[in-house]
Amino acid sequence: MSEIEKTYPAGLATNIQKPISDPGIEPHRVRMTDKSEKAARGAEQQIAVMFGISIVGAFIAIWGFVAFPINSLADTRNGALWMGIGMALSLLGIGFGAVHWAKTLMPDHEVSEARHQARTPDEARAQAIAIIKTADAESGFTRRKLIRRSLYGALAVFPIPALVIFGDLGPQVGDTLKHTIWKKGVRLVRDSHEGGTPIKASEVTLGSVFHVVPENLKDIEDHGEKLNQKAKAAVLLVRVEPSELKEDPAKASWSYDGIVAYSKICTHVGCPVALYEQHTHHLLCPCHQSTFDLADHCKVIFGPAARPLPQLAIEVDAEGYLVAQGDFTEPVGPSFWDIRQS
Amino acid sequence: MSTSTEQKPTTFIGGAANYLDERLSLGGVLKNFGRKVFPDHWSFMLGEVAMYSFVVLLISGTFLTFFYQPSMAAVHYEGSYAPLKGAEMSIAYASSLDISFDIRGGLLMRQVHHWAALLFVAAAGLHMLRVFFTGAFRKPRELNWLVGFFLFLAAMGGGFTGYSLPDDLLSGNGLRIIDGMLKAIPFIGPSISSGLFGGEFPGDEVVARLYSLHIMIIPALIIVLLAVHLMMVIIHKHTHYSGPGKSDENVVGFPLMPVYVAKAGGFFFLVFGVLMAISATFTINPIWNYGPYDPSPVSAGTQPDWYIGWLDGALRLAPSNLDVYVLGIVLPMGVLLPLVISLLFLAIVAVYPFVEKWVTGDDREHHVLDRPRNAPTRTGLGAAGVMFYAVLWAGASTDLIATNFQMSLNHVLTSMQILLIIGPVIAYWVTKRACLALQRKDREIALHGRETGRVVRLPHGEYIEVHEPVDKYELWKLVDFKDYQPTLARPNAQGKITLSSKIRAALSSFYFEDRIAPVSKAEYELAHADHSPAPAVEKPKRAPKALAGKK
Repeated sequence: MSEIEKTYPAGLATNIQKPISDPGIEPHRVRMTDKSEKAARGAEQQIAVMFGISIVGAFIAIWGFVAFPINSLADTRNGALWMGIGMALSLLGIGFGAVHWAKTLMPDHEVSEARHQARTPDEARAQAIAIIKTADAESGFTRRKLIRRSLYGALAVFPIPALVIFGDLGPQVGDTLKHTIWKKGVRLVRDSHEGGTPIKASEVTLGSVFHVVPENLKDIEDHGEKLNQKAKAAVLLVRVEPSELKEDPAKASWSYDGIVAYSKICTHVGCPVALYEQHTHHLLCPCHQSTFDLADHCKVIFGPAARPLPQLAIEVDAEGYLVAQGDFTEPVGPSFWDIRQS
Repeated sequence: MSTSTEQKPTTFIGGAANYLDERLSLGGVLKNFGRKVFPDHWSFMLGEVAMYSFVVLLISGTFLTFFYQPSMAAVHYEGSYAPLKGAEMSIAYASSLDISFDIRGGLLMRQVHHWAALLFVAAAGLHMLRVFFTGAFRKPRELNWLVGFFLFLAAMGGGFTGYSLPDDLLSGNGLRIIDGMLKAIPFIGPSISSGLFGGEFPGDEVVARLYSLHIMIIPALIIVLLAVHLMMVIIHKHTHYSGPGKSDENVVGFPLMPVYVAKAGGFFFLVFGVLMAISATFTINPIWNYGPYDPSPVSAGTQPDWYIGWLDGALRLAPSNLDVYVLGIVLPMGVLLPLVISLLFLAIVAVYPFVEKWVTGDDREHHVLDRPRNAPTRTGLGAAGVMFYAVLWAGASTDLIATNFQMSLNHVLTSMQILLIIGPVIAYWVTKRACLALQRKDREIALHGRETGRVVRLPHGEYIEVHEPVDKYELWKLVDFKDYQPTLARPNAQGKITLSSKIRAALSSFYFEDRIAPVSKAEYELAHADHSPAPAVEKPKRAPKALAGKK
């Protein structure tokens, strides 16, 4: 019976007598380098060659840095390639050399070392407990209840300011998630780096898709704020054969001659729903494959989303450009707990 | 007055060693650790790979911090990558492009950093699997399993925060998904999101915040956890596989100096060298192709880094229209359900060692590893867990599977949903049966020896195949394993059968009902009684304990 089995219960373990007793560590297998001095010298040379390759590799890496000053993309690529190959050689040379050394020339006799149980021996344990008792008696930690309890109180409260101090990590959410910068009369413009151009209803041909932002987006100076607003206001504009469009009578006036505008921000977790399949009128989010039926109020027909994409009511202004009738009537983007409360 | 034992150093190294030892007692440290024994097995290198990848991450990451600027303020790109010239982008993205194109070695270091991160999490995950399937988490190592578990989480966190730093389109959409998931948390979700992004998504704060997490808090956490992890390895000494001469009372292997200094030290250079070779020749995360982050565009076929895949897959596999409305409050279950399931999965991983110990009631220290086949139920459960993870992981690529194999996306996704539920059951069953079959084979070999393929006709006409008995070392490997049997629900001191006792009894029969016991001495002797002379079984001259060398 082993020490460990003497100390601890074995639970459900069975006690089956082994057919033989432990035969002990297997005899050592003699390597070529153990028995032949010539083989050992050969291994020594191989190891030295590997370390030599490492030195060469380091110089290749240095050459790679010097030889390709940045002038073109080809220089960037070649520089990275040669520096990398050089450093790889220099590292692998050391690595292979060291391991080869250990495997061929260092002793490979397995040796055994005794383990000790993690548990502190009883005597030492008793001493440790005595120390704690002494410390307790000397400090009066158990005896002086008032000190102990007030200390607990202080320790419980003192981290709170450390949490409160992070209060300004972000502003109050307020109703920011429920509004976008769309307003009555704001033109729908193309989403492009150059600052989009407004879109005439006549330009929206059947089946074509426009990635749209509100015209007032470009008036926002601050880059961060502009992205915040764009992250809510992005819209997809599509013209569908009016006969294929299932329209809620209450929202019949939200479209214009088969042209409908829906939020581009997925109601699942907010990716842009950027893929439009023309012949089925399906919108697909490339992140998690939520699929919305554009012809039927962008209802979720597949994937993990749960809410239809909100529709932006549009009309045409005096010059024939598409404009919004107002903001979205419901929040865009991912669902959150009070999304239904205005 | 000094005695004559004092040595006078004569060489420079001797002098330096003397100087340090007189100030730091290094001699004692070396005396204690210099010849510490470590067992040798390829699977013990997985953890090493993870640790070395982390060192590579620290080295390459330090290089990157010298050039990267974590600011989301807008600039117009003026670097040497022509397609993006003049584009408005964040300073973070512009400086990442500069690292890639305008700083010599920058692209290489970015790629080393990214490949090392991928390898870090992969090696840590494989190391965890090795520990699980060999039962290395058993007493006294349960706490080290937990430390390792948190290391794995920290590795994932480090990966994700770093992935988002270039502020490119791909990583920005990753953050968008995090934002959407945070917002789904009831009551506090939108506030947490606002706290992370400093207001609305994407804002102009998040990159700087992720940066301090990525270069300070998470690495510090990993370093501390790693130190604790390794300290515990030293306290417990490394486990070893069962084999002749190896027991719970000893550790068999090679000494730290010189063998492991050369092998493990050399191995660091090998890991670094391989990472360097990959990074020199294979592009990873070509941020210049994605463009700066903009909340409107997105590229199709987007994939997270591999270690986030299972979480992304969990999001994809949720059924449609799961929002629940309770008293005017929306619970976006389409997001919350995957979140809860993922957390539950992680929780099961974390507590597994404690559950198994409760079932077996085995309070002994275990230093000899199980061969996976010798713990069939655990191995089966592990396979089920791997299957579950793998389906979620593959779930993150439903779109690519559909396009590459010309299948319907809807069918791929539905199949994944079904597979997520039945896959683990099948994996459990197949693995457990395979383990039991292998155990039977082991028994057969232990009892009757190896089939030689040599068929012999006996004088009276009978044909037999000659079986060759295995030698004592091989035999020991086949019979030396721990075995448990199921228990019944037993009444406690008050004579009451508690619920926990019933659950434990049920679990114990789930674990050990169809066990294959190791070959016993009686069986072995019986099997050899009717055969030709049994192989000589040596009487050990000393008890196994005596094998342990001097302290």
